[in-house]
Amino acid sequence: MDTAAIILSAELASLTTAILLVVGLPIAYWLVRSRWRLKFLVEAVVALPLVLPPTVLGFYLLVGLGPHSPAGRAYQAVVGEPFPFSFGGLLLASVLYSLPFAVQPFTAALAGVDRRLVEAAHTLGVSRASTFLWVTLPLAWPGVLAGAVLTFAHTLGEFGVVLMVGGNIPGRTRTLSVAIFDHVEALEYGAAHRTAGLLLAVSFLVLALVYALQRRPFLRWNDR
Amino acid sequence: MERSLSFDVVRGYAGGPLISARAEWPLDRDPVTVLFGPSGSGKTTVLRALAGLDRPDAGFITFDGQTWFEARRRVFVRPQARGVGLLFQDHALYPHLSVAANLAFGLGAQTHAARQARVTELARWLGLTALLDRRPGGLSGGERQRVALARALAPRPRLLLLDEPLSALDGPARAVVRGELRHLLESAGVPAVVVTHDRTEALALGDRLAVIVGGAIRQVGPVDEVFSSPVDVEVARAVGTENVFRARVVRRDAGLVTLRAGEAELVAVDPGGTFEAAHACVRAEDVVVEPPERHDSSARNQLAGTVVARIEEGPLVRLTIACGVSLVALVTRASAERMRLVPGQAVCAVVKAPSINVVARD
Repeated sequence: MDTAAIILSAELASLTTAILLVVGLPIAYWLVRSRWRLKFLVEAVVALPLVLPPTVLGFYLLVGLGPHSPAGRAYQAVVGEPFPFSFGGLLLASVLYSLPFAVQPFTAALAGVDRRLVEAAHTLGVSRASTFLWVTLPLAWPGVLAGAVLTFAHTLGEFGVVLMVGGNIPGRTRTLSVAIFDHVEALEYGAAHRTAGLLLAVSFLVLALVYALQRRPFLRWNDR
Repeated sequence: MERSLSFDVVRGYAGGPLISARAEWPLDRDPVTVLFGPSGSGKTTVLRALAGLDRPDAGFITFDGQTWFEARRRVFVRPQARGVGLLFQDHALYPHLSVAANLAFGLGAQTHAARQARVTELARWLGLTALLDRRPGGLSGGERQRVALARALAPRPRLLLLDEPLSALDGPARAVVRGELRHLLESAGVPAVVVTHDRTEALALGDRLAVIVGGAIRQVGPVDEVFSSPVDVEVARAVGTENVFRARVVRRDAGLVTLRAGEAELVAVDPGGTFEAAHACVRAEDVVVEPPERHDSSARNQLAGTVVARIEEGPLVRLTIACGVSLVALVTRASAERMRLVPGQAVCAVVKAPSINVVARD
């Protein structure tokens, strides 16, 4: 089995999930709370990766952050390596491509928290940040967990964007899904079976875990 | 200068009414003010503005000399900094926290020991000691109410706001909690504003009544006074009952209770309980006006008095009769003509015991 690809995929999926927890929760919070008239534009941008072919996202990222563009030179100055065919580039592309898979469940979960519980905390003198930490997040966490797991599973299975942005460099940008493609191209069906089977099993288990966790009554304070 | 709460809350809703509620009342006397009005009249808008949860479009809010909101100078004090305790309609307890953690939620700035002490003290006072380890989900309506009150009072707020505090409770529980809530509000020693559209609730809880109709506060005064002499017809329609008297229990006997209201004694059906103070309420149409000479009747209350005022209202005549209390009666114009019911005329006002609604006050 392709150990390097497994490690790389796991690394990419974990980091993408961690980054989207940090970035996605504030975006979701803003989407829930904001009364800005043009909010729908932001919502549309967040949802774009759901409908765009990954090649479109990959193409624009390559053009926009390639070594010949000003943004690409700025990227290289900050990160230390060029955007295309690097793990960093892959990570950025994954974060963007998985954005709706994190933000949409987060938004639904945060919106499901009774507004009055938050307001009660404010009148009790508790700051907005503490209220988010001690009221909103604990009550929304089944949905936040679902978003995180979806992001993880989705990144594991990502193919198009990886190929466009990362290429196929073993140990650097060759993820599991790309490895499967290689095996099939080379008619190595046995190797393809092992890798594809692993991905299928992991994805199924992860999703089953999420649904099982959400059925547990102790996670659903709001229902009682 | 006397400490006071004064505000002018202006807020417009798209396609809805304009709220422009202005009032002022002192904080030192009469702790409980009931903001009373029909639904949609703007009560909740005012309450949320006082709490700092919503920012009005214009106006001001001043509490005890401190400006909480002033549109012109762009002053807005955050809810966290106002020192307000808010009791939500459905209590808004934290379902993921124990009762003890709910009570301690607003005490984050204090030491662990101080938090513990305050929780213990409140739990003892409100009878929650046995519930401290429970989750709110398993509590009865009355228990949730007390937890919510304890949580709001824990950080020692300067003003307590209650939004329809009894609406989440059903029938029997409501009557019990109503009685204890008045007692708790009195002993809490914090000025309170209670929002309600329920007449009984207003009578049972309030010292002062502020009537809000169509987004404006129309009358502020002692509860019995506002009920008995509304300033205009809209307030009268909002409050409904014409005759409300402060009364004290004289004696109880065989399911009946005798009350002293002003110079008069009234016999009414005892609603139960051990209260000493009450409001006695009589609708004007339930007062029968008869000639003054003694006569036999099944009615328990026959109050001799004099007509002091007469107002024509279409086919009806509204009489004010001085008979130990100032009693308003509604009779037909024909009866008024036949009996020559004009100011100065001696009459007997007759009220059946079941027509007197007794609302306990402690």
